[in-house]
Amino acid sequence: MQLIECPWCGPREEVEFHYGGQAHVPYPDNPAEVSDEEWAHYVFFRDNTKGRFAERWNHTAGCRRWFNAIRDTATYRFERVYRLDGPKPVTP
Amino acid sequence: MTSTFRATDGGRIDRSATVDFTFDGQVYTGHPGDTLASALLAAGRHQIATSIKLGRPRGIAAAWAEDPGGLVQIEEPFPEPMLLATTVELHEGLAAHGLPGQGRLAEVPDSARYDAVHHHVDVLVVGAGPAGLAAALTAARAGARVALVDEQSEAGGSLLGGTDRLDDAPALEWVTAAVAELAGHPDVLHLQRTTAFGSYDDGFVLALERRTDHLGTAAPKHISRQRVWRLRARSIVVATGAHERPVVFADNDRPGIMLAGAARTFLHHYGVLPGREAVVFTTNDSAYDAALDLHRAGVRVQAVVDARPEGSPRRREECERAGIRVLPGAVVTGTRGVERVTHALVAPFADGDVGAGSAIACDLLLVSGGWNPAVHLFSQARGRLRYDEALGAFLPGEELDGLSVTGAAAGVFDLAGCLADGRRVARAALTAQTIDPAGVDRLPTAPEPVVPTAPLVLWRVPDTSGAEGSTSFVDLQRDATVADIARAVGAGLRSIEHIKRYTTIGTAHDQGKTSGVLTSGITAELLGIPVQATGTTTFRPPYTPVAFAALAGRDRGRLFDPERVTSLHDWHVAAGAVFEDVGQWKRPRYYPRPGEDMEAAVLRECAAARTGVGILDGSTLGKIDVQGPDAAVLLDRLYTNMMSSLKVGSVRYGVMCGVDGMVIDDGTVLRLAEDRFLVLTTTGGAAKILDWMEEWAQTEWPDLRVHCTSVTEQWNTFPVVGPRSRDVIGAVFPQVDVSNEAFPFMAWRDTTLDGVPVRLARISFSGELAFEVYVSPWYGVAVWQRLLEAGHRYGITPYGTETMHVLRAEKGYPIIGQDTDGTVTPQDLGMEWAISKKKADFVGKRSFARRANQDPLRKQLVGLLPVDRRTVLPEGSQIVELHADGQLPPPPVPMLGHVTSSYRSAELARPFALALVKGGRSRIGDTVHVPVNGTLVPVEVTGSVLVDPEGARRDG
Repeated sequence: MQLIECPWCGPREEVEFHYGGQAHVPYPDNPAEVSDEEWAHYVFFRDNTKGRFAERWNHTAGCRRWFNAIRDTATYRFERVYRLDGPKPVTP
Repeated sequence: MTSTFRATDGGRIDRSATVDFTFDGQVYTGHPGDTLASALLAAGRHQIATSIKLGRPRGIAAAWAEDPGGLVQIEEPFPEPMLLATTVELHEGLAAHGLPGQGRLAEVPDSARYDAVHHHVDVLVVGAGPAGLAAALTAARAGARVALVDEQSEAGGSLLGGTDRLDDAPALEWVTAAVAELAGHPDVLHLQRTTAFGSYDDGFVLALERRTDHLGTAAPKHISRQRVWRLRARSIVVATGAHERPVVFADNDRPGIMLAGAARTFLHHYGVLPGREAVVFTTNDSAYDAALDLHRAGVRVQAVVDARPEGSPRRREECERAGIRVLPGAVVTGTRGVERVTHALVAPFADGDVGAGSAIACDLLLVSGGWNPAVHLFSQARGRLRYDEALGAFLPGEELDGLSVTGAAAGVFDLAGCLADGRRVARAALTAQTIDPAGVDRLPTAPEPVVPTAPLVLWRVPDTSGAEGSTSFVDLQRDATVADIARAVGAGLRSIEHIKRYTTIGTAHDQGKTSGVLTSGITAELLGIPVQATGTTTFRPPYTPVAFAALAGRDRGRLFDPERVTSLHDWHVAAGAVFEDVGQWKRPRYYPRPGEDMEAAVLRECAAARTGVGILDGSTLGKIDVQGPDAAVLLDRLYTNMMSSLKVGSVRYGVMCGVDGMVIDDGTVLRLAEDRFLVLTTTGGAAKILDWMEEWAQTEWPDLRVHCTSVTEQWNTFPVVGPRSRDVIGAVFPQVDVSNEAFPFMAWRDTTLDGVPVRLARISFSGELAFEVYVSPWYGVAVWQRLLEAGHRYGITPYGTETMHVLRAEKGYPIIGQDTDGTVTPQDLGMEWAISKKKADFVGKRSFARRANQDPLRKQLVGLLPVDRRTVLPEGSQIVELHADGQLPPPPVPMLGHVTSSYRSAELARPFALALVKGGRSRIGDTVHVPVNGTLVPVEVTGSVLVDPEGARRDG
């Protein structure tokens, strides 16, 4: 069982968290003006990265706050966590 | 039976006391400190059972968890299948019998307790042998928080089965002192009879402590039988020792054939002579210790058969001084005997060729093919293994963060080396944690190690018996042989994982502890590739079998999943309610009167609500308190309809969709203040919708000043339903003007009852005049009783979820999750009226314009009326259409949709259903068919509202 570093609570066991999919997929500013294809990409399409991936996580059974993380999808290793209002970290 | 094979002295058994036990119906006597295996061996019994496929006699072949031969079923004190005789501690009254590889679950309930404990440490040491004890002492002396776990009944590891000396005294004296010292450190947890069976991410290790098994019937009831330790360590030191590896030869499975080190353990640990006449077959120096020790204890060692061309000159000299014959450059090619080995067939062996042999009589054949480090926990933590050509074994091949391997598990086989290595890895772990390892950590002095003669790596002896490897057993538990591996390779298999699954080697109870590396070696040999290229199969937890009861711990029976009940639960029970599970909630489904079945009770309850008055415990409905200056903005963005225009004091029904435009939940919203709403969700959707609202508020619109809190448990909700509900509410709350003018439909009013705050709302989930009564659960029962008393004269009838479902279905109100399945839009439900035209956007709106959502042939919610007025269509039934000639279309018959809800209606005096049907609203008036039990039932498609479509009843 992995430990995940909640930015507010510190390291907690993974069962306290829920996965929230790819991060940095903003809700379109004006959905009425995007094409069907663009809208379908927002609704249905996500990256399927092997390696470092920016993801959303929620500390559901703790502080219930959402945060972002860079995680390696091949090793499951969390490389860093950051707050939602922070920019996507530049990874080497 | 007497213990005729008991050594005259020695062993860590209590010879002053005896223990009677039963095996295969025969009564035996052993001593405290024995295992079931050692006590049987002391009585001269080697055979435990016959093998699973071939029925060949099998006996005890090792001394601990690696034994592939000694599977037993415990009958007393508690039936338990598939234990190893070598790890069952003897106690008075133990009754067991041998198993041919398959056990039987107990037929009586397990009354024992099981539990789990979380524990966090700086350093976890697994294994209390010399390396582990040295590591634990080093960490403890530095002041670290330490856990030391070991699977045997006492500390010492390999020292328990040998004659080692430390500081010129028996090594076990040092063990005793070390254990005492550890006990004096307040931050050290030392657990024996505790097997670390799995290592996982970030220093997480699961260990099973057997707390009372060794006490038998004397086990105190208040102590859990087994405990799962959930250990989280900054550093893990794996000091799990090594398993001896056999050499494969023809007929190598007979009782009396045993690993050499195991025989030495039985002698020194348990004071048992495993035979009278022994032949020792080895490829390395370690088995000479067994030969010499058994000889000193009185066993006649007929020969030491050493496969190495020169044997071991130094050990040979020792043997010859003792009068033991050594045959270098020789192997055991086969055996004789049926229920016990009687002869070893010994032949010269040079350059892989076997010469002409002869038989040597024996009742004990000891084998050693070298040692396999127990790398299980390292490998489970995804550590890569490296094949060591000289040892013929796999060793840890890399450094892992937070997990180090020491002692024999790391390939260090001499005592002085193990002690020093244990201290070294502990110091490294402490340093990595910035704990100063400086301190008094003197280690005892071990004799200078003698460099052994290099071992020979020999997986198998060429089969000269004519059986072509079909009696050369690799995995005794699976009856799998060299011939099986050859067959797998011959079938084209190359991967060791495939060979494992083809041959089943390593899949039995012992998970290949003695057979795994042999299989890799033999496979490599057959394929002509290096063993490193073959590798090992994946090591997976658990290291030894763990009972499901232990893993379940206390989470079983009623504690398996929390049961949620409302404050009225006891009242429901007393009223004879039949309950159903809705999520974790226990909800009354109906309240049968004497002689009533569900159908009769539900018809009665429905009629009461439609013609008089009924009352429901609706407290399980999800309730979310949404507060903040931007509360209305958040709700406008999440509901399809407008919530910001709702007036304080009013109620609005709303629908929520996902971004894909599909309905995810529905319910009513009460505006409590300009900046405060009470959102009601379905019972099952409560947690999900709170998550949904928080997700959007936090991740997309963090600028909104709004907070959401679950208040489901803070309010009881009692719908009072039916034409007489106004009379009941008016009687209980006389200060409230319940007239339509003063208290219209979809309004709420606060009041009090004897000083207790109560909220009333005119919400109807039945189409009838209805009031919902909200009150704190502390006063729930009292208010419920008041409502019943006031309703008595109108025949107020408590009703359950079944009646609630019938009433709502008669009105065409869908249940999200029953009448919908995640592919249904509000338009499909006929709810265009609930979709705001004024709002620029809300979650799901853009998807409504997608082409697929505009398709006129989408499935739409409609009503169905069986033409025969009798058939209750099974929910989930498919709907088909007949050709004009009345025939079914040829298969595959197109499916128009399916029945989502189906009930018998008291109001309609016939059964009816709701269904999702392709282009359903354009089919109203058509007849379609539903296959029920092999016949096609004609049904008429109708609108979804079957009772009071004009809505005339809601105001009474």
